[in-house]
Amino acid sequence: MRREKQRVIPPAERATPDLDSGKYLVMWQGPQHPGITGNMSLRLVAEGDTVVDCETHVGYLHRGFEKLMERRLYMQNFPLVCRIAVPEPDFNEYCYAAALEELAGIVIPEKAVWLRTLSLEMMRLASFLMWIGGQAGAFGHGTIAQWSVTMRDYVLDLFEELTGGRIYHMYIIPGGVRGDVPAGFYKRVLETMAVVEKNLDDIELVMFHNAVFKMRAEGLGYIPRDWVDHYGITGPNARAAGVARDLRKDSGYLAYPRLDFQPIVGTESDAYERARLRLGEMYQAIDLIRQIVDMAPKDGPFRERLPNPLYWRIPAGETYVSAECTRGEYGFYVVSDGSDKPRRVAVRGPSYTHAVSVMERLVRGVNIADVAGLMVSLHTYPPEIER
Amino acid sequence: MNELAKELAGRYGARGWHDIRKDLASVEVDAIRIRDVMAYLRDEAGYGHLSFMTAIDNIERGAFTLSYALRDHDARRGLIVHADVDRAEPTVDSIHLLWGQAWTYQREMREWFGIDFPGSPRVDEEFVLEGWEGPPMMRRDFDSLAYSDATYAERPGRVTHDPASHMREKLYPEAAQ
Repeated sequence: MRREKQRVIPPAERATPDLDSGKYLVMWQGPQHPGITGNMSLRLVAEGDTVVDCETHVGYLHRGFEKLMERRLYMQNFPLVCRIAVPEPDFNEYCYAAALEELAGIVIPEKAVWLRTLSLEMMRLASFLMWIGGQAGAFGHGTIAQWSVTMRDYVLDLFEELTGGRIYHMYIIPGGVRGDVPAGFYKRVLETMAVVEKNLDDIELVMFHNAVFKMRAEGLGYIPRDWVDHYGITGPNARAAGVARDLRKDSGYLAYPRLDFQPIVGTESDAYERARLRLGEMYQAIDLIRQIVDMAPKDGPFRERLPNPLYWRIPAGETYVSAECTRGEYGFYVVSDGSDKPRRVAVRGPSYTHAVSVMERLVRGVNIADVAGLMVSLHTYPPEIER
Repeated sequence: MNELAKELAGRYGARGWHDIRKDLASVEVDAIRIRDVMAYLRDEAGYGHLSFMTAIDNIERGAFTLSYALRDHDARRGLIVHADVDRAEPTVDSIHLLWGQAWTYQREMREWFGIDFPGSPRVDEEFVLEGWEGPPMMRRDFDSLAYSDATYAERPGRVTHDPASHMREKLYPEAAQ
């Protein structure tokens, strides 16, 4: 039987605990803590072992990316943008490259469209494999993390072969992609997908049918459907609440309109439902990768010729390009004043709202031991908050 | 001009409607009407999703341009609303009652640009720059390199290249000449 959903405390009900009363304990979870995703802190106020108040503190990874980009040439910013989200850098590359192409009026070759889609779906799978290890680990299942990180490494092997880099790829660049697929690459992609898929079957059996995981995750971190628009919730967190939004379908960028898939939608909107939904999206990513391998053009150019990057001036204008990353809407807002450097670049990461406004509210009323599991169930990356 | 552009112009004096691409447009409004405009767009025009808010420092004309990016998921289109605010006294109405995450963006803009949003929750609390005593760091007249040179000591034995000139000399020597 499903545990009763945790009561959601609306913002107006936020109580200010009287810390001098001696009834409460203030504690910091993070920035160095195994139950924190990345370098972030939660300042928790607990009464007994129940959290009554929470504040998210960020800034431990702030490196001023957006400021740095204003003093670098457009092309010099590529080594920067991929570092905004470590486990999932390719979405930064795509959004930034697509924004520049739109402002500069560059149309990329058909083959590049497919290779970008392949790269993004491989990244989605690798990122989810990292996430599921964290989600299982937060509830005491260390074995799952060992399996999934091994599977992620197999996907990173493919990235290394395709791009030369395991973590930061800088593969998607303005005009297309940096290189063609190596000989026999698609065959190795399919072989790896078969291995990962088999492992996902094992994870599904061991993790999702485990009584402890079900008891702790069901009912935890319930997101009401009407929060989705109010808090700007996107991605699996919104889809688990029954909102069928997926930019891959809704915006129709890259090769997604030609791929056969439907957004996976849930109903229960708790930590267990979000985990299940993401597992479904991992299978879906494998399916999409197989479709891409089947349909991608095997010949033709993979990159459009660009002006000399040292003297590349982008016409004045602005645009906002977004993509569906594993956590939701990821976007780059780029403003050009016609010079060789961006006037302003603003990055929209889904963690911005999920880890701050949503997390601070969801965590109230939760047992201290479940805070880590709840946080991972929102799938947050602090660097995209701080940029 | 489409119906929404006419409606915004008639009701709120909006101007400068510009179709950036087929599913994205921008429009300018007066900062003093921003809350009314955003409430109208959310409640009556279908733009229920606030993607993000940010500011651009247009120092040459003494203004910050605020950008509010909205999305109508049903119609699959986006709208960027611009509002200029005086750079010398940057104060704008808060929209935290319209969208639950807006206060975080406003807190960020307060810290990064020095723009005030009276009434916005925790707007004066530090966001990412804990212990920062310099000027708002995203302002164009804040030179991060000069600040770094003045604040931090040189590391002996470390060579620093200007990225652009280094790239020219090493990667494109013909272009550098």
